[in-house]
Amino acid sequence: MAEPLDAPSYIQHHLEHWELTTRFGTFNLDTLLFSWLTGITFLLLFRIVVKRATIETPGFWQNFVELLYEFVQTQVKETFHGRSALIGPLALTIFIWVFLMNLMDLLPVDLIPRVVGYFGVHYMKSVPTTDPNLTLGMSISVFLLIIFYSIKIKGMGGFLKEITCKPFGPWFLPINLILKLVEELAKPISLGLRLFGNLYAGELIFILIGLLGYWQWILGFPWAIFHILVITIQAFIFMMLTIVYLSLAHEDH
Amino acid sequence: MDINATLIGQMITFALFVWFTMKYVWPELEKILKARQQKVAEGLAAAERGHKELEISQKYAIQHIHEARSRAVEALEQAKKQAALIIEQAKAEANREREQIVALGHGEVDLERRKAREELQQELIDLTIASSEKLLGRVMTEKDHQELLEVGMMIDSSRKG
Repeated sequence: MAEPLDAPSYIQHHLEHWELTTRFGTFNLDTLLFSWLTGITFLLLFRIVVKRATIETPGFWQNFVELLYEFVQTQVKETFHGRSALIGPLALTIFIWVFLMNLMDLLPVDLIPRVVGYFGVHYMKSVPTTDPNLTLGMSISVFLLIIFYSIKIKGMGGFLKEITCKPFGPWFLPINLILKLVEELAKPISLGLRLFGNLYAGELIFILIGLLGYWQWILGFPWAIFHILVITIQAFIFMMLTIVYLSLAHEDH
Repeated sequence: MDINATLIGQMITFALFVWFTMKYVWPELEKILKARQQKVAEGLAAAERGHKELEISQKYAIQHIHEARSRAVEALEQAKKQAALIIEQAKAEANREREQIVALGHGEVDLERRKAREELQQELIDLTIASSEKLLGRVMTEKDHQELLEVGMMIDSSRKG
């Protein structure tokens, strides 16, 4: 806002992570911090609610949690036909956690950086999903699960056969392998980058609106409204694609 | 914006969160919803059962009322019959008693008459003897008695014949 910075350095400032370099590598502390905060908020809320849950007279929070549970459960049941103790909790975690991290985007872009600025932290990105480290971390985890379940369900032989002998038969093994590799690798990359791209672009527009002085009040509001849709849809898409990919991994061809 | 160690950190975080949900959130929710489903189903079944029971007991009650009514009518009829019977019996008893009393009366009258007749007979005999003794001018002997009796019997038989 009224910072003594020109536009490029204002934007640059907002796109810089709060970093910590150790001998294990560099960590984006802001991403870790806010992802933990949102994740723990989600888990604690749900844990407390299910601990206090009653069968007869659910209160507001229990209804809310049950609503989300049933929503996710329905999505899983409609898409995924195998039996798995993991996929339901996985989908629920993804949906709520990603939604909460996206929700950080609706906080005013300067609020958190300004507050932590007083404590001597000069760079702070408060939306963890605008960090590809996070989105790719999640999508790679999903990718590992895809491979794990492919091998678990089809066996090592079946898995190898699927990546070498399809779609053109065993005589075209290299082509099959390359095609399959591209197909499979496209999953985690597109999954991670889609979320990152949407949220990064959204955040960037908030930053640009933040540059407009008093106009930001007029422009920020509709963009925030629109963004409520975007963050929900992105959380939903990430969850849905995870379910779809895992159900594909469970299907025996 | 470059990829660094955060990625590994996020993968671990993600795994932990999913593990937590899987262990402490999802199964509990599943349990609660299942329990509620069962409870609702049970409640509906109970309501259905109650409905049926009500119907049955209503039928039962109606049947009972009918039965009671018919039994009451029956009892009333029987009571009437019994009353009639008792009256009849009482009448018969009274009749019998009257007859007895009348018979007793008749018997007494007979007895009195017989007694009177016997007395008359005795008197007649005494008179006969007395008059006979006067006629004879002496006390009657055993023989006289015999003769008198024979005469008397002759008169008697001639009267009868």
